[in-house]
Amino acid sequence: MRHLLLSLIFSCFALVAFAQNDHDYGNHDGHNHAGHDYGDHVRDDGHVHHATICGESTDHAFNAGDNAIHHIADANVYSIGPYSIPLPVILYVPDEGGLKMFMSSVFDHGFAHHGTGHKAHERFVIDGGQIKHITDPSFPDGTVEISGMIHRGDDVFVCYNDKLYPTESKSTADGGVFGGGLTGYYDFSLTKNVVSMILVCLLLFFLFRSAAKAYQNREGRAPKGLQNLLEVMVTFIRDEVAVPFLGHNATRFLPFLLCIFFFILGLNLWGQIPFLGGSNVTGNLAVTAVLAIIAFLVTNFSGNKHYWSHLFLAPGTPWFVKIILIPVEIMGLFIKPLTLMLRLFANITAGHIVILIFVSFIFILGNNPDGSVNLPGYAGGAVGATLLTLFMMTIELIVAFVQAFVFTILTASYLGAATEEAHH
Amino acid sequence: MMVGSIVSIGMGLAVIGAALGIGWIGAKAMESIARQPEAVGDIRANMILMAAFIEGAALIALILSFLVANPTVVAG
Repeated sequence: MRHLLLSLIFSCFALVAFAQNDHDYGNHDGHNHAGHDYGDHVRDDGHVHHATICGESTDHAFNAGDNAIHHIADANVYSIGPYSIPLPVILYVPDEGGLKMFMSSVFDHGFAHHGTGHKAHERFVIDGGQIKHITDPSFPDGTVEISGMIHRGDDVFVCYNDKLYPTESKSTADGGVFGGGLTGYYDFSLTKNVVSMILVCLLLFFLFRSAAKAYQNREGRAPKGLQNLLEVMVTFIRDEVAVPFLGHNATRFLPFLLCIFFFILGLNLWGQIPFLGGSNVTGNLAVTAVLAIIAFLVTNFSGNKHYWSHLFLAPGTPWFVKIILIPVEIMGLFIKPLTLMLRLFANITAGHIVILIFVSFIFILGNNPDGSVNLPGYAGGAVGATLLTLFMMTIELIVAFVQAFVFTILTASYLGAATEEAHH
Repeated sequence: MMVGSIVSIGMGLAVIGAALGIGWIGAKAMESIARQPEAVGDIRANMILMAAFIEGAALIALILSFLVANPTVVAG
């Protein structure tokens, strides 16, 4: 009986996820400016929009890949379930009078439209949670109602007064490596990821503050509650990571290693909590890049004489080995932080994508190719997706801990190599 | 007609390589733990570390193939 109840509860989860997603792909593209009377564009099956704006149909088949990518991306709204919480947008546009600050609610993304706005504000629109800039200077400044957005491949067009205006596409001059694009404006917004990061940092601060207080108040007595939980992890990092790799330098670098470990672990777990926005902070290349750069700087600034001489002089090797060894060592210097960055990013992103693809099974199985609904397909998909998602989330829970541990242990091993005293 | 990118074959190959490597590490670690159960702590830590190195190489291949396939997707 208890098992039956449990499975019922989990099926409800799948149904909620399904309701959430349902909204999504129906609403991505098809926004009429009268998008509030939503019913107009929803067919009897309730899934496919049949709106025509600017002479183009906004009809798109469900695409599991695009859907997953949309959900792991950073956004200017924080979506919890069907609700979108507006966030502050801070843009610096050198060509259009500098700094602009407003809440993302000016785009009128509504509460149940998953971050696609009905309005343009100062030639900016929001599409699927992402800010887009309309480059055409003939587009009116200020806040205006728009008819909707048309997607052609990666390009987004805004339909206003029966005319299509292209939005600035992200250039790939950086090859996508530094976050996929250079634009004509700088975005300093407090996005979903930034808000998650601030929340997790505050949470960690209060957790450790109360644990630290407990050590003061309960001096000499056995740890209790939260203090106990944190002590296990702190001593694990000290005894299994810091001391074996850093030796007598362990206490010097322990605070740094603990910071890295708990920051990554906290954000990994935060992104794992269902129905809490599923923010993908440690699965964002920019975040992991900054973490890797910090590890790189700390390693190299604390590197001693032996570290640098081994790097550039490779003592004790014949000259023809030096020709090969020194370039390899110098390349290794940069490959180490690069792999730190990619490992964390790819592990967390892959986990999120797999879960989203499993949820997408519901729609892949539930929609016939002609657009009609296949109810047994939905039911089967919901059950299958629930089981697979549960399995995947369990694995992700392990990955959250393992990746935080691996990042810390690798940083410790690089630090250990940089600070080691010579013993030839 | 088949539609798709040949990059996915590259992704598959990269994953096969990493899977073989990590599988080997796991097998050898099990073997060493069976031989010397008292060293289980050291073996486990080193096993994870080595697996992480292999994973790093595989992930570079994966990310590069991902970038080749969709240059704009990795956007933050």
